[in-house]
Amino acid sequence: MKIIVIGGGKIGVTILSALIAEGHEITAIDSDPAVINEITNTHDAIGVVGNCVDCDVLSEAGVEAAELLIATTGSDEVNMLCCFIARKLGAKHTIARIRNPEYNDNSLGFLRQQLMLSMAINPEYRAARELYHLLKLPSAANVETFSVRNFEMIELKLKPDSPLDGLSLIQLRQKYPEKFLVCVVQRGEDVFVPGGNFVLKSGDKIAVTSTPTEIHKLLRHLGLMQKQARNVMILGASTTAYYLSKMLLAGGNNVKIIDKDLARCQKFSEELPEAVIIHGDGAQQELLLEEGLRSMDAFVSLTGMDEQNILLSYFASSQQVPKTIAKVNRDEFAAMAEHLGLDSLISPRKTIANITTRYARALENSKDSSMETLYNLMGGKAEALEFIVRHDCEIINIPLKDLQLKPNVLIAGIFRNKRIIIPAGDDVIMEGDKVVLLAAGHRVNLLSDIMK
Amino acid sequence: MNQRMVFNTVGKILLAEAALMLLPTLVSLIYQESCFSAFLLTIAIAAALGVLLMLISRPKDTVIYAKEGFVIVALAWIAASLIGALPFTISGEIPSYIDAIFETVSGFTTTGASILTDIESMSHGLLFWRSFTHWVGGMGVLVFVMALIPSLSERSIHILRAEAPGHNVGKLVPRMKDTAKILYLIYIGMTLAEIVCLLCGGMSLFESVVHTLGTAGTGGFGVKADSIAGYSPYLQWVIAIFMLLFGVNFNLYYLLLIRRFKSVFRSGELWAYIGIALASVLLISIDIWPKYQNFTEVLRLSTFQVSSILTTTGYVTADFNLWPDLSKTVLLLLMIVGGCAGSTAGGMKVSRVVIMLKRIGSEWQRMLHPRSVKTLKFEGKKLENTTVTGVCNYILVYFICLATILVLLSTDPTAFGFETNVSAALACFNNVGPGLAGVGPVENYAAYSDFSKLILSGAMLLGRLEIFPLLIFFSPSTWTKKG
Repeated sequence: MKIIVIGGGKIGVTILSALIAEGHEITAIDSDPAVINEITNTHDAIGVVGNCVDCDVLSEAGVEAAELLIATTGSDEVNMLCCFIARKLGAKHTIARIRNPEYNDNSLGFLRQQLMLSMAINPEYRAARELYHLLKLPSAANVETFSVRNFEMIELKLKPDSPLDGLSLIQLRQKYPEKFLVCVVQRGEDVFVPGGNFVLKSGDKIAVTSTPTEIHKLLRHLGLMQKQARNVMILGASTTAYYLSKMLLAGGNNVKIIDKDLARCQKFSEELPEAVIIHGDGAQQELLLEEGLRSMDAFVSLTGMDEQNILLSYFASSQQVPKTIAKVNRDEFAAMAEHLGLDSLISPRKTIANITTRYARALENSKDSSMETLYNLMGGKAEALEFIVRHDCEIINIPLKDLQLKPNVLIAGIFRNKRIIIPAGDDVIMEGDKVVLLAAGHRVNLLSDIMK
Repeated sequence: MNQRMVFNTVGKILLAEAALMLLPTLVSLIYQESCFSAFLLTIAIAAALGVLLMLISRPKDTVIYAKEGFVIVALAWIAASLIGALPFTISGEIPSYIDAIFETVSGFTTTGASILTDIESMSHGLLFWRSFTHWVGGMGVLVFVMALIPSLSERSIHILRAEAPGHNVGKLVPRMKDTAKILYLIYIGMTLAEIVCLLCGGMSLFESVVHTLGTAGTGGFGVKADSIAGYSPYLQWVIAIFMLLFGVNFNLYYLLLIRRFKSVFRSGELWAYIGIALASVLLISIDIWPKYQNFTEVLRLSTFQVSSILTTTGYVTADFNLWPDLSKTVLLLLMIVGGCAGSTAGGMKVSRVVIMLKRIGSEWQRMLHPRSVKTLKFEGKKLENTTVTGVCNYILVYFICLATILVLLSTDPTAFGFETNVSAALACFNNVGPGLAGVGPVENYAAYSDFSKLILSGAMLLGRLEIFPLLIFFSPSTWTKKG
């Protein structure tokens, strides 16, 4: 599929490299020759230097034949205008990055309709949503939600003294009565879907799916349950921090925000009167301690610098803060942060790459099922996908035990009439169901792709 | 350096070469020639070596940088030449392996310089292989492999940049593989067109194919001792025109195909190329008029020779060694200029000459108006300072290499004379083929010593790969941890 990605910033490059890995033909546009040069050197893509609102530049990039155009420049207005012009010039679908909170209220729907945008993405808002879910369930390293509200997937890292160490999945089922599925396991570099005889070891990272209530019960049973974070300290008055604070405050939590830029502090205090805003350098440990870091339930570091986020989160966990989360945008840093023992990392870029990848796959293929959600797990080695099943899908009305599934594929949940079925061998997939799948090492476009 | 990736890619190149050699094998089978077994043996050796290299160097990751790109290209070309020379020696038709290497390097680099004294007695299979190396080398061995293999690496642009001629190598379409495919499809299309045109003129199928392969790669290997001189004027015109066509940047043909005619007409390099060709034809026609006194003949001879030398092909229809000095000088200068960037031709490339002249112009301006501000433009785009510096740097290195080759050639025990040595160095370094005097159109390179032949082979590779890949490959710092 021909896709044009506009803007060679962090988000733009993440999106285009994810799309290249999917096998799409990518043309990148940026006004800086050095940026385009770097992109064409490191990625199998072609580049055009110029102003992305200019029709000539868009034509040179082949907008007439483009299936999808994604505008990710730093300016919301440029993105909107560029998508609008591209639509007029013949691009079939457009996605704009719109992150200013002023546009992300009631006017967004109007804008989307008038500009004929297929989707508006807001990396900061998505990141804030993810953070919010994590703070609600602090014992998990990661929480993913699906379009069906009553179903979640959490990632757990088994600590050295974990009660699960040495248990096989069958024993696990016998010992813990809750309904849940261990879907994916990461051990060292390998990621796979475990069978019943698989024995868990400490150090494994596992993904578990179930309903939120069952997950709560399980975590309590395991002695891992931590209470929801009520007192949260946020470092860096970024847009993500703004969205997150709004969500937390709406839930009646206490939020303390630290930033060293006075103007931004003032703006935040204007918009978030209930939050405590501290003007000061968050890199000073003295200040953090003075502001009561030790009594916090959670510490979230959202400054623009990955290094600072990692180090200060590390400091916070050494001060016995129960939950620390760091925003880390660069993959290579994420790996290092995991070595330091920081298991909760959040990356707006990755979130956005997930969304655009899902969108592109759904565009390419909407034959027997349509993809609702796509998550990258375990450093991109596994995927969780959600599909809506259509009538012409070839695997409907067949008992699951008779389906010849590919190895390392698992059907984690079926939703029918607002009810969740944790599937067993006799269950069937029916038209109109929503199905959640886990796949390690395969690319799944369609529901029927999971068949051998 | 990612050495596994380097050797793995070279292994793939050897496999590709083994596959390509099936064609001459088929030819020798058709003509029932003894070189058949020589080809089979070589294929076996190349395939075994290729598989071995790929097995012992399975890459852990496919990330390559500019340095790996240069090294892969240099090593692949050297390996392909060493293997490609085997059939000549094994079959016994060129007994000396050094001679066979010279001939093969001359083939792959599309030079067309030969050490054969009696071409017409060679077997069809080997003659075909000789010309086929032109065709493959013209567009590039690695580009060919890239068109076939799904994905060498995300960063295979570094390989394309190291192999393809010109200062500013880019892709036509987003995917490397598709770019390579498009280039080869255009190349194959034009090749077929020329074969048909030659067949229409009454040339035999074998000769049409061999001459087309030589033209397409702008190489110059033929099957006759007098090159193209013995063929009809129609055939000479066809070859002259196709030589010029193959000397044009292939990106322009792609633009024509996708109907972006305006961009083609705005190409400054194309106009400069046409201008140089027309001016040279005019000059030489006036200069050789007294010798032939026949308008059509003069025009045909001068056009053919200019198009052959400008595109660094090296076919001849007249012994220009006997022409007046002005014509010889013009031809010698055309060798240096060469064809367009992104074509199969050699030489310094028209685009570099144009950029250099523009730079001289702006410096001139700066001397007169020290405070003037001037932006250099080429093909409608602003020329970045790094590009201009790169071009000037290349031209400097070009002449240093030329001087070095010349000095080494002068140490040859046989004294060939200055004219022969200079023209031999120029003709090999620029991938032309025939030079003047002792290596003129009716002579060959057999008389040079083995040492000089190796030097000239190196010169041809330097010229085809545009110097830097080979220099980087042989620079010790590339292979130490320090570099």
